[in-house]
Amino acid sequence: MIAGATQFAYLVASALFIFALHWMNTPATARKGVYAGVAGTTIAVIATWAQPSVSHHLWIIIAIAAGFLVGVPLSRVPLTAVPQRTALSHAFGGAAAGLVGTAEFYLHVSEGPEYLTPFRMIALIAEVILGYLTFTGSLMAAGKLQEVKWVPQRPVTYPGQNVVNLALLAAAIALAAAITVSPAAPWARLAFPAIVALALLFGVLLIIPIGGADMPTVIAILNSYAGLSAVAMGFVLDNRLLITAGALDGSSGLILAIIMCKAMNRSFTNVLFGAFGQVQQAKAAGEQQVYKSETPEGAAQILQQASLVVIIPGYGMAVAQAQHKVRELYDQLKKRGTTVKFAIHPVAGRMPGHMNVLLAEADIPYTDLVEMDDINLDMPQADVALVVGANDVVNPAARSDKSSPIYGMPIIDADKARTVFAIKRSKNPGFAGIDNALYFSDHTWMLFGDAKAVIGELVKELAGGAGMH
Amino acid sequence: MTNDFWPTLYVFVLASFIGLGVIRRVSRLLHTPLMSLTNAISAIAVVGAILVTGAEGSPLHIRVLGAIALFASMANIVSGFLITDRMLKMFKTDTRGDGGHR
Repeated sequence: MIAGATQFAYLVASALFIFALHWMNTPATARKGVYAGVAGTTIAVIATWAQPSVSHHLWIIIAIAAGFLVGVPLSRVPLTAVPQRTALSHAFGGAAAGLVGTAEFYLHVSEGPEYLTPFRMIALIAEVILGYLTFTGSLMAAGKLQEVKWVPQRPVTYPGQNVVNLALLAAAIALAAAITVSPAAPWARLAFPAIVALALLFGVLLIIPIGGADMPTVIAILNSYAGLSAVAMGFVLDNRLLITAGALDGSSGLILAIIMCKAMNRSFTNVLFGAFGQVQQAKAAGEQQVYKSETPEGAAQILQQASLVVIIPGYGMAVAQAQHKVRELYDQLKKRGTTVKFAIHPVAGRMPGHMNVLLAEADIPYTDLVEMDDINLDMPQADVALVVGANDVVNPAARSDKSSPIYGMPIIDADKARTVFAIKRSKNPGFAGIDNALYFSDHTWMLFGDAKAVIGELVKELAGGAGMH
Repeated sequence: MTNDFWPTLYVFVLASFIGLGVIRRVSRLLHTPLMSLTNAISAIAVVGAILVTGAEGSPLHIRVLGAIALFASMANIVSGFLITDRMLKMFKTDTRGDGGHR
C-alpha cells in the first residue's frame, strides 16, 4: 500500500519535471516551470521521507536545514557570478551522487554482498566515477571562473597530457572491472577508495588544460555528467524517478554542449583534449597594424544620426558590470526613435545564455535580444555596430583567415555595419589570445577604456546633445 | 532480481528521448535559467540521500556520508529553484511604465 503510494508520487513528480522543462520554451510560461519543478521535488521528498524504512529523522532534519542555510545565500549571488554558481552546483550534485554511491557500497559489502549484482556494481561504479570527477572538475571550473588565486586561469598543458589522463581513466576502469566481478573480496574495500581517488584526480586534470573561452561548453558537459551520475544512482537504487530526472538533466547538458560546440565550430573531443589558446603565440609579431581610436563625443555624434544600432555584448560587459549603463544608452537611443537591437552570440560570456540574463537584469525587453543567425541578416543595414567587451565572436578572421585558430567559427558580422565602434579595456588581444581583424578595418573606431565608463560618457554626450535638435 | 534492469533501462532510454525533444524547444534566451533549473531537478538525488541517511540501523559513518550528500542536494534544490525564478522574473517584453523594480 505504502509502496504503491510512493511509486505514484514518483510518477507524478516525473511528469511535473517534464512539464517544468516544457514550459521553458518561452519566457512567458517559464516561471510556471519553476513552480512545477518545486512541486515535483516536494512531492518526491515527502513520499521518500514517509517510507517506513526511513526511521531515523534527526540527521535528515539537520542536513535539510543546513542545505537551506547554504542554498538561500547561493541563490542571491550577483548575476555576473552565475557561471561560478552553476559550476559550484554541479560540484554539489556530483558530490551527492559520489557520496551516496560510496555509502551504498560499504553498507552492502558488510551487510549483504548478494545485493551487489554485476549490473548494480557497474551502475554504482559509474555513479561514483562520474560523481567524483564532476565534483573536482566543477570545483576547478568554478575556481577558474571566480579567478581564485591558486587556480591557474590560462590553460595548463604539458607533453603527453592526454596519455596521462587516459591512463588514469583506464586504471580506474580496470579496478572497476575487478571490483564488479568480486565486490565481496577482501581487497575490494581498498580498491574502492583507489577508484574514488582516481576519479577525483581525473576531474582536476580534465579541467586544467581548458581556457576561459571554452567554459560555456565545459559547464554544459559537466551539467550532463551530473545528470548521468543521478541516472546511475537510479539504477543502483532501482528508482525510476532518479533515472527520469537524471536523464532530463543529462540530455539538457548534452544539447547545450552541442549548441556551444557548433557555435565555436569545434568538436567535443577538441574542446576536452585540444588545449586551446597555446598555438597562436607565434603569429602576433607579423606586420604592425594600427588602431584608429575615437572619442566618446565623436562616437555620440555618429550614434545620434543612426537609425539602426546593433549592440554586441561579450564577456567584457559582464566583467565591467556595464549592463545597466548599456540600458541607459538603449533608453537614450530609443528616445530619439533609433532602433536598437542586441546581437547575442551563443558562446558570448562564460556560460550558455549568459548575456541574455545580464541584459534582462538591466530591464532590456527580451524581444530586442536577437540571436546570431537572425541579426546577421540585418547587419548590412545597421548604421552602427557597438561592440561591448566582445572579441572572438566578432572576429572576421573566422570567415576568411584559414590559419586562424577560430577559422570556421560562426560570428556576428559586425564588420558589415556602416560604422563599427569597439569598446576595449586595453590593447591586448582577447581571451583566446588572437588579434582581431575587425579592430583594424577602415570603418572601425576603437573606444579605449572601461566599458562602464565609456558607455557612461556616451550616454552623457547623447543626453547633453538632446537639446540641440 | 538480475533481470530487473531491463525495465529501468527502458525508462532511461525513453526519458532521454523526451529530454532531448523537450530541451531542443527551450528558448535560447533561457539557457542560463534552464541550466539552473535542470540542476535543481537533478538534485532529486536527494531521494537516495534520504534513504541512506534515514535507514534503520545504518552505521554512523554511512549516516554521515548520507547526511553530507543530503545537504549538498538540498543546497542545490533550494538555490537552483530560487535563482531560476529570480532570473526568469527579469525577462520582460516591454518595460515602459514598470519602474524596473519587479
